[in-house]
Amino acid sequence: MKRRDAGIDQGRRAFLINGALVVGFAMVPGAGRAFADTEVDTLGTQVLAPDLPGSLRTNPFLDAWIRIDEQNVITVYTGKVELGTGVKTALLQVAAERLEVEPHLIVFMTADTALTPNEGYTAGSHTMFDSGTALFNAAAQVRQLLLESAARQWRTPVEQLGTQDAVIQCPDGKSMTYAQALAGVELHRYASAQSPIMAPERFTRIGQSLPRIDIPAKVSGGASYVQDMRLPGMLHARVIRPPRRGCQLEGIDQAAIENMPGHVTLVRNGSYLAVVAEDEWQAIKAMRSGYELARWSQGDPLPDAANIHQLLTQLPAKRYPIRNTVASSPGPADSSAHSWKATLTKQYLMHGSIGPSCSLAWFNEGTLTVWTHTQGVYPLRAGIAELLGLPLEKVRCVHVEGSGCYGHNGADDAAADAALIAMAVPGKPVRVQWMREQEHLWEPYSSAMRVELDVTADAAGHLGRWNTELWTTPHNERIVNAGRLLPAWLLAQPVAPAPSIPIAQPEGDGDRNVIPLYDVANSRINMTFVTQMPFRTSAMRSLGAHVNVFGIESAMDELAAQAGIDPVEFRLRNISDPRARAVIEQVAKAFGWPARAGGPGSGIGFAFARYKNIMGYCAIAVQVHVQRQTGEVVIDRVVTAVDVGQVVSPDGLRNQVEGGIIQSASWTLYEQVDYDPAGVRSYDWSGYPILRFPALPLDVEVHVLDQPGQPFLGAAEIVQGPMAAALGNALSNATGKRLLSLPLARSGWHRSL
Amino acid sequence: MITLNVNGTDHSLDIDPDMPLLYALRNHLQLNGAKYGCGLGQCGACTVIVEGKPVFSCVLPSGAVAGRAVKTVEGLGSADKPGVLQQAFIDNQAAQCGYCIAGMIMRAQALIDTVAAPTDEQIRTHMAPNLCRCGTHLRIFAAIKAALATGVKG
Repeated sequence: MKRRDAGIDQGRRAFLINGALVVGFAMVPGAGRAFADTEVDTLGTQVLAPDLPGSLRTNPFLDAWIRIDEQNVITVYTGKVELGTGVKTALLQVAAERLEVEPHLIVFMTADTALTPNEGYTAGSHTMFDSGTALFNAAAQVRQLLLESAARQWRTPVEQLGTQDAVIQCPDGKSMTYAQALAGVELHRYASAQSPIMAPERFTRIGQSLPRIDIPAKVSGGASYVQDMRLPGMLHARVIRPPRRGCQLEGIDQAAIENMPGHVTLVRNGSYLAVVAEDEWQAIKAMRSGYELARWSQGDPLPDAANIHQLLTQLPAKRYPIRNTVASSPGPADSSAHSWKATLTKQYLMHGSIGPSCSLAWFNEGTLTVWTHTQGVYPLRAGIAELLGLPLEKVRCVHVEGSGCYGHNGADDAAADAALIAMAVPGKPVRVQWMREQEHLWEPYSSAMRVELDVTADAAGHLGRWNTELWTTPHNERIVNAGRLLPAWLLAQPVAPAPSIPIAQPEGDGDRNVIPLYDVANSRINMTFVTQMPFRTSAMRSLGAHVNVFGIESAMDELAAQAGIDPVEFRLRNISDPRARAVIEQVAKAFGWPARAGGPGSGIGFAFARYKNIMGYCAIAVQVHVQRQTGEVVIDRVVTAVDVGQVVSPDGLRNQVEGGIIQSASWTLYEQVDYDPAGVRSYDWSGYPILRFPALPLDVEVHVLDQPGQPFLGAAEIVQGPMAAALGNALSNATGKRLLSLPLARSGWHRSL
Repeated sequence: MITLNVNGTDHSLDIDPDMPLLYALRNHLQLNGAKYGCGLGQCGACTVIVEGKPVFSCVLPSGAVAGRAVKTVEGLGSADKPGVLQQAFIDNQAAQCGYCIAGMIMRAQALIDTVAAPTDEQIRTHMAPNLCRCGTHLRIFAAIKAALATGVKG
């Protein structure tokens, strides 16, 4: 098994569209100001300064980001959180670069409603673009203000001053610390639209692979996670959930549970149940008794899994036109010389965090503090305050790392559990830990989806018509009210979730990446957004892009085959974006496309996408072989090239890309939530198998096309769609049959070959 | 009272013998390394070594390990002075969220301790019980290979 670090290609810096670094960092090209309705910006992050770069738009004050105390300790704040992608270290690199100090001189704080800016959610591969861009500019502006202050105090031209290790130096030997220079500066001021320019050639920290600051503790048993927190006098809690949605509690023998050892308390509110005990094992035993003793009504039956994609077309829904374009002049007569119509499907998926959700809460002297691995401390705070009827200022949410979440998992719900339970035992800190089956059964899933494609190409291999009909349930049930927190549904006075609204284009929801980046003149694309659903669904990495890119790239291969054109050549013939072409060409070259290993059951597949059509570029080629008798899929080789703009940490980027390849391979080949009318059957890992070591790709090669001076585009989600599509194309190539239903290598799939 | 020998030290604990070792380690010895992942022996996040063998501490009653040598990731080294395998994980940046990593390290350590030169296939098979959701497997694999290449068992 090999993991290849193909070097960074520094020669690919020719695509400076704006030509100006500072302007380049201001905005994702082509995105305009359309970010207002995204999963990141929906949550009460008000745009105060639309002309500022990154999250300075919503948090324009410089002292929201950077403060320096009298001892010259620099504290840098971000409203984003570490979800395991390494952003804490990458953001630190950016701040250190522009403050021109060593990273270890900075105290770096992540999201906490008492301390940090409100940057909404850490989601959608937005962290480097939002917070990285804000810090890139804010840090440079703060340093410049300090330099100007020193220049004033010394009556020396500012251009003659330099800095080292947070000390300003004058050519005549005078020096003062940043803290001393701060004496004449007010940092509580709006950032400027323009920041001091720094040529990318001068970067000494951006572009370097600074080892992640969190890893040494994680490999040695340090207290790295919210699960590892221990507060004095802390109690342990477990929740008791109904058998399925819609069940009402009919009764429970409270005395039997509270008489158990460990000073057990049963928290009960309507159909909401939890147990609190002094010791964790006692809490688990009490929970188990609770599950045995609680009596529930029947609840809501689930649909038959076999018909779910038909059911999606029948449920209450709202139809959204996504694109409707017609060429001004009629195309050539043979514009539909080649055509392909197909229906593709995706099943419900789980985030499947390895550590089930956990949270601590403490209601002390009228203030509730919640330690949580949420992706958004501010929206969570609002949701919890509403849930408990507390004023906003009496709730503080502090992010502490948890197990990787990959989107909206049980984190927020567990925090609401901790909050509810803490209010029942005032003055005592409480730790609630979900059990494995609670995470599997109650986390919000990624939506099942149905995609109908109707596409054409002319005889010369140019795309003609591109029509898509899409059915999906929500991908963004984030915490916009208390009712988006699952425990709120169970209370005696339940709170209903706010109505579902899809994230608008260009970010997209189920329709993320449904519009091909290829040059298409005539296109009609609609999304049917199902609002009443059998399952709660919400954000999971890449949202609809996983199946949409799978669909688009399947269609590209089908049309290429009909036109008798090589699939890579066919893509290049239909795409003009130079950065798209660059990643495609890089992969084709490195892979040796279309060379393939012979042998029965082997196949190759290619795919490309630009995430959301406005963020990172990714092309992938894979080689697989299939054991026909067993259906086992071996991924022999993966070659990918990515362009995420200015690279901050090359190794961190590679780590994300490698992880995306493996995670997407697992989703695409194996995963689906198993259920029948009586309930979800995937209540543990035996019922929801994911990729394990023996199924790893044998050889993975990552090429990074750096774009010095260009905006940070984010990395963590760019691979999910292309990897799914490349696998689909490779398996279709290997089997001689177009595979349209995800997961591709589900149990028994080989029998239909 | 149960006496647990953890990382070479005996601890007398007043706990139920049916308490899984995981909770004894985490709550009664304040050791963070072994993680709760499933409580079912399906994911390996809780892996520790008992008398040379990797075990799921989430399903192993404390009473069953009384007097037997238990080793956790804390027994291999610290953040300041990491052991050979821990250092290999740092060198390879073999973590994303890292929640599975302590369990991965302990399962790999059991292989390193017992097999002189495992093949790639042996490593993959040996590591199969442990799940990673971030997709860090390739780096975990590289870190194990790097530790093996040092020839030091740690």
